[in-house]
Amino acid sequence: MRMNAAIRVQNLTKKFGSFVAVDDISFDAAEGKITALLGPSGSGKSTVLRMIAGLETPTNGRIWIEDDETTFKSVQERRVGFVFQHYALFRHMTVAQNVAFGLAVRKQSKADQAGRVDELLDLVQLSPFADRFPDQLSGGQRQRVALARALAPRPQVLLLDEPFGALDARVRQDLRHWLDGLHRELGVTSLFVTHDQDEALELAHEVVVMHEGRIEQMGSPTQIYNEPQTAFVAGFIGSPNVLQGRVAAGHVLVGAHRLPGADHMEEGAAARAFVRPHDVRLAEPDPEAAAAVEARVDRVSTLGWLSRVMLRLDDGQTIVAEIPSDELIDLTEGTTVAVDLRRAKAFEAEPVGAPAE
Amino acid sequence: MSVVLGPPRLVDVTPGGEEMRRRGRRRALVRGAIVAVCLLYLTVVLLGPLVGIFLSAFREGLPKIGETLTSPDVRHAFFLTFEIAIVTLLVTTTFGAVTAWVLVRHRFVGRRILNALVELPLAMSPVTVGLACVLLFGRGGWFEPWFTARGIQVIFALPSMILVTIFICIPFVIRSVAPVLEELGTEEEDAARTLGASTLQTLFRVILPNIRWGLFYGIALTTARSIGEIGAVLIVSGMLKGQTETATIYVLTAFEERMDAEGYIVALTLAAISIVMLLVIEISKRRKIKEVMG
Repeated sequence: MRMNAAIRVQNLTKKFGSFVAVDDISFDAAEGKITALLGPSGSGKSTVLRMIAGLETPTNGRIWIEDDETTFKSVQERRVGFVFQHYALFRHMTVAQNVAFGLAVRKQSKADQAGRVDELLDLVQLSPFADRFPDQLSGGQRQRVALARALAPRPQVLLLDEPFGALDARVRQDLRHWLDGLHRELGVTSLFVTHDQDEALELAHEVVVMHEGRIEQMGSPTQIYNEPQTAFVAGFIGSPNVLQGRVAAGHVLVGAHRLPGADHMEEGAAARAFVRPHDVRLAEPDPEAAAAVEARVDRVSTLGWLSRVMLRLDDGQTIVAEIPSDELIDLTEGTTVAVDLRRAKAFEAEPVGAPAE
Repeated sequence: MSVVLGPPRLVDVTPGGEEMRRRGRRRALVRGAIVAVCLLYLTVVLLGPLVGIFLSAFREGLPKIGETLTSPDVRHAFFLTFEIAIVTLLVTTTFGAVTAWVLVRHRFVGRRILNALVELPLAMSPVTVGLACVLLFGRGGWFEPWFTARGIQVIFALPSMILVTIFICIPFVIRSVAPVLEELGTEEEDAARTLGASTLQTLFRVILPNIRWGLFYGIALTTARSIGEIGAVLIVSGMLKGQTETATIYVLTAFEERMDAEGYIVALTLAAISIVMLLVIEISKRRKIKEVMG
């Protein structure tokens, strides 16, 4: 066993009746790092987290926490800190009592409890709120209390289930930065579940992308972003345009465009190309250029520094390009521009009958 | 100005016009009449009997009240009533809370049937319950030989009186705890467990404090009902004076024996207990609603 895996999951499977929520997955979460389980809702990521905590029983597979097999241990024995999406604070207890709970049930002395509570409330910057009740706090404050409560008994690992999911956008952003700072300070191994790719890419050292109960790809945020290995990851990360085409001589043909990177696919097969809006390059049409491929501008909308251009390719497919407003060339609706789609990534087409993403 | 041949001109409909005021007055009158009818109805049906009992109980003066309430028969009757109420409370609260928990938290075959069955005592006439008990435990009943062989007198004695009261009071705690438990959800329980709390610690530190008003409401309903119950208890008690005579049965026999004053005094005492319970129920209901609303 590798020594730097704080959480190790092997061949984990969970079935609810005939429904397979988690399908034979294995991964490690590195000691002292933040790992994200990223995926759309229903991808099984929360079930994985709950199995690691012991709140669900796996149908199959094994779990280790700090080199200690916990597959068959009770929730209480695992010593994990768990943060819930909806905070799950004890509503009849004050903030201080909430934070002290994990110490009180382990029968620590009142003095020890008080000391640790002070320390943690200080850490989450909620000392003045010690005697308030949860319903007297804002969402962001509640989640900080939940975090302090989870950390109080000094857990071996911290598990967070959509920790920012119930908060509004602004608070979510603030709390994300704050959590990042907190992790730098404490260094506790953290595994968090999210459906928000920005959250995963910004906060995590390692990202595990899940889809329909399986792992699609694992890697650093940069790898996940720049080198998607499956069509799902390419389509999920970075909200790309999806273009349908056919494979011809190692390229995907989309109308008159020849997009590279289809060497691994069969000649003539249906294919998809994913290109992110900010990877679409636009230029004045240049009749001299050999590979000049043109598109018609359907609509331009300016969002301050960024402009969004809706384009229609010669075969009728539409794509969105995002370019800084100050680099905007003359793009009135109806004009023709040269489009560069070389940064598109090619994958096989969706199997027939597969649900649309 | 041109002459318009349209529909006939409507009466003044401008705001504040005569028609508006007339309509407003009529609406106020109708509303007042409805309120008056309701008040009259409640006064006659609810307050009337209460005042009647009150006046009758005091007709022969305070000394008579003191005399009646301290007489051995009356004291025994109240003692018996409370004895039955306390045992009923202990049993239905414990099992009711557990049953509510099972019904809310677990999915199993027959859950829906059990869920409906819980309300059976509400729909069933207490007389039927009493008769069923006599059939089971009375002479020639299914369970009679077993208890007789061990020298336990069930029918015409305390055990059967407690048994039928428990049966009748089964729904109250279950029905008042279940919605609170449902609303509470499992997240706080999960949180307690991840923080190291054992099942018992989770129960006493997290679940019970959260459902306490719902539980209290159920307890208050149970108390009121078990003290006031007469139908089923009457049938299984055998009405043995000074032995199986509860407070409600005492009132009944007092009238049969033309001891009207004693009957009224005990009835008034029961009514006073009911009013106290009503207050408790009202207060706990409000807290319970707050609990459900979170």
